[in-house]
Amino acid sequence: MILLWLIVVLLAGGILAWLSARWNEPASRWISLTAICIDFVLVLTLWSRNYNISLTLTNDWFEQVDWSWIPQFGIQFHLAMDGLSLLLVLLTLFLGIVSVLASWTEITTGVGFFHFNLLWILAGIIGVFLAIDLFLFYFAWELMLVPMYFLIAIWGHERRVYAATKFFLFTQLSGLLMLIAILALYFAHHRATGIYTFEYTELLGTPLDPHTAMWIMLGFFVAFAVKLPMVPLHTWLADAHTEAPTAGSVILAGLLLKTGAYGLIRFAVPLFPGAARAFAPVAMTLAVIGILYGAILAFAQTDLKRLVAYTSISHLGFVLLGIYAANTIALQGALMTMICHGISTGALFVVAGALQDRMHTREMGAMGGLWDTVPRLSGIALFFALASLGLPGLGDFIGEFLVLLGTYRVNIAMAAVAAAGVLAATFYALRLVQQAFQGPNTHHWQLPDLAIREGLMLGVMIALLLWLGLYPQPVFHMFAQAANQFPALWR
Amino acid sequence: MAAIDVLALLPLILVAATSIVVMVAAAVRRNHALALGITLAGLAAAFGSVLFVHPRQVTALLSMDSYALFFMALIVAASFAVALLAYAYLAQRKGNHEEFYILLLVATLGGMVLSASTHFTSFFLGLEILSVALYALIAYLHERPRPVEAGIKYLVLAATSAAFLLFGIALIYADLGTMDFARIAQLLATKADLNPTLLLPGVALIVTGIGFKLALVPFHMWTPDVYEGAPAPVTAFVATVSKGAMFALLLRYFNQSGFSHGFAPVVLVFSIIAIASMLAGNLLALLQNNVKRILAYSSIAHMGYLLVAFQVGGPMGASAVIFYLVAYFVMTLGAFGVVTVLSERQRDADLLEDYRGLFWRRPGLALVFTAMLLSLAGIPLTAGFLGKFYIIAAGASVGAWALILILVITSAIGLFYYLRIVVTLYAQPAASDRAHEPIPRRAPAAILVLAALTVILVWLGVYPAPLLVAIRAAISSIV
Repeated sequence: MILLWLIVVLLAGGILAWLSARWNEPASRWISLTAICIDFVLVLTLWSRNYNISLTLTNDWFEQVDWSWIPQFGIQFHLAMDGLSLLLVLLTLFLGIVSVLASWTEITTGVGFFHFNLLWILAGIIGVFLAIDLFLFYFAWELMLVPMYFLIAIWGHERRVYAATKFFLFTQLSGLLMLIAILALYFAHHRATGIYTFEYTELLGTPLDPHTAMWIMLGFFVAFAVKLPMVPLHTWLADAHTEAPTAGSVILAGLLLKTGAYGLIRFAVPLFPGAARAFAPVAMTLAVIGILYGAILAFAQTDLKRLVAYTSISHLGFVLLGIYAANTIALQGALMTMICHGISTGALFVVAGALQDRMHTREMGAMGGLWDTVPRLSGIALFFALASLGLPGLGDFIGEFLVLLGTYRVNIAMAAVAAAGVLAATFYALRLVQQAFQGPNTHHWQLPDLAIREGLMLGVMIALLLWLGLYPQPVFHMFAQAANQFPALWR
Repeated sequence: MAAIDVLALLPLILVAATSIVVMVAAAVRRNHALALGITLAGLAAAFGSVLFVHPRQVTALLSMDSYALFFMALIVAASFAVALLAYAYLAQRKGNHEEFYILLLVATLGGMVLSASTHFTSFFLGLEILSVALYALIAYLHERPRPVEAGIKYLVLAATSAAFLLFGIALIYADLGTMDFARIAQLLATKADLNPTLLLPGVALIVTGIGFKLALVPFHMWTPDVYEGAPAPVTAFVATVSKGAMFALLLRYFNQSGFSHGFAPVVLVFSIIAIASMLAGNLLALLQNNVKRILAYSSIAHMGYLLVAFQVGGPMGASAVIFYLVAYFVMTLGAFGVVTVLSERQRDADLLEDYRGLFWRRPGLALVFTAMLLSLAGIPLTAGFLGKFYIIAAGASVGAWALILILVITSAIGLFYYLRIVVTLYAQPAASDRAHEPIPRRAPAAILVLAALTVILVWLGVYPAPLLVAIRAAISSIV
């Protein structure tokens, strides 16, 4: 039941926040914050209660809700949580809190509707991470798009309508392809067993001939690869991230991209092990291309948010590589990268948003020498830039290192090329710091430094990255059994 | 005709009687509210009677089976909503409004007859009752040029297509010697010397007649003009009741007369028409700036989606068609309902500009419109999503991959123009815009209808199980 509450609290909180804004706008912010915090505490209790239970990836859960929903089709309302979903839900709620705080002064029009959308996106994302019935999964998958679309289209920057529409079209079309794939699997399962069901655990191990399995797997893969985003399906990303308001960028980069990676780990590989194995070299090649391509494009950007957006392509390339390397170490690394990328990139978007709020520009050419006027903000930006380039001692390093280690055991050449991506990260991260913050303050900016709210939020994010970099054991522990079992899935 | 037959026909009799009562009442004393009241009472009584009628075949012409009763309930409910929507729309104009309800009831009667007909005679009768009432309804605001133009256009084209239909019926009759659907099925299965040179053109001409009514490509030319010209509530009626009743007939005809499975060319033709409708509807809608025309082209595309499920046949295809039709009724009524409420005395609110920033002035209306548009686009939490899901599932169950792939791609294209309207609703109006003018709050009845439609839309999108049970019962009599 607790899983249902997680979603209900957010949905109800969203409606409440909307209604309350008519009378009192700050109330709407506080209600949103409270709703997310309630969920956060609920998930933390779940974690502490189940810390020592270790689970496999595919068929046991420590918490679930399973109701009949549309019996005519064999559709269940089935939410379930294991270590993987728990970690991602925690990340979702944490970044949810960050998004509310980051929009505290940025959003001034339509405050109620904004928070309604924000909470409903979070509810949709949590639905994606918890849904175990494939129909419910698709339902949640589509559901998170609409409020995200509104978030970009209403509160975004200059080219918001273009960016929002592009985002929606890409994800909707790829989502529909996944729907076809889900249905193909559903009917193939029925042909094999005579049972109509969307239940994940039952669909696992559906006998498929290799040709069909490959097509169905590709349907899933395309939807997840668009979200991830994998080169060459990434073109929506830079526009959406750049034009979205800060909260939108944080959620896009921190969470929406992770739903793609989650889908690969949970569905695309376990449901079609044979096809995934055959497809792995292609996926890994595309991942390596993405790592380098993202880094090079990031280096070429002059728009601060666009730069950060392209680094996401590079980092998520590591995630893709880690998943398709098909071993325990690489998968642990992929998961670590997902979490740390969520925090560090989220923080960079908060920094970019804070700068835009103060300077009304995102052009790095117009910046320079900001260290003189906003030393705290600049120092924090340096920290997250270093995290992004993979400085040892911070979480991102652990993730990417493990991915490279795991990949090395499968394919040395790919590991070598991907390692060059880490090198490229140094260039774009340092360029960001040098152009924006160091050097003389030629434009004579006089800006207010971080407010307490911003400082507190970014401080917690720094602490988390340090914790994950120095003592990542709790995360690995939560995922150990699943990661150990992962290589066996492919056989 | 026995008493029990008369009892079975009660829904039809009630609607027909109501139209006469409204007519007599208008002759005694003209009163708009009274006419609406009688209409609503009559429709409600007809709806109630549908629930109590015991299914039976009444003469060779009409079958009051569970299938017909399901559609009658749907049609009567839709007319009820249209009547309520129309009230405030008509009330702000001078002139006589009572005739509107008479025509509406007659058209409803025609649609009900269509959904129950098992014979070419009743098919043609129902079609003409519906069409003749529609000519007048479309041109109802005769002081404006657009409705009259639309009415005449519809008159000419509908009459021509009816002639095609009659010719087709005659050709089939010439070969088989019967106009009864069940008997046709029997003869097709058993008759040794079928004459395809009579039968195939016959079927083709009938498809032409039906295709016109459903606005399938290439018989769709009238749709945007008539949708744009007709008064908004009438457009809602044309889009829902007239097309829904025709689709009910099409489904019954091809299931009972056995054409779809006996004649490969027919299936091929329907595939081509479905693909052409999906493509043309969605692509042409991209070019429009008029909300009514956008919705017109989108309805062409929706008929294409329906044909995909129709192709599949069997219980799966039939129930997908019916579920989608119900969803389509709800969202189309809702969308045109918003247009109706926003329409002013001089003109209908059909330009995209009329909707700019609506959310900041009338958030309730904007949300209803958003829900309807997202449902038309097939986004979750709405009936349109489950409808589209059902159609894709039906297509996948027989492996019609090409058709559903085209459906998926075209509906992604469709998303583009729905989003265009949605974005306009939420755009921040510029300071000097006329978008800042307050919109007077009026039409409480219409607002109530819109609220109810939105609730149904979400309810069907979240918990469709009861409707699915009802549909399963309804199709038991035809497949």
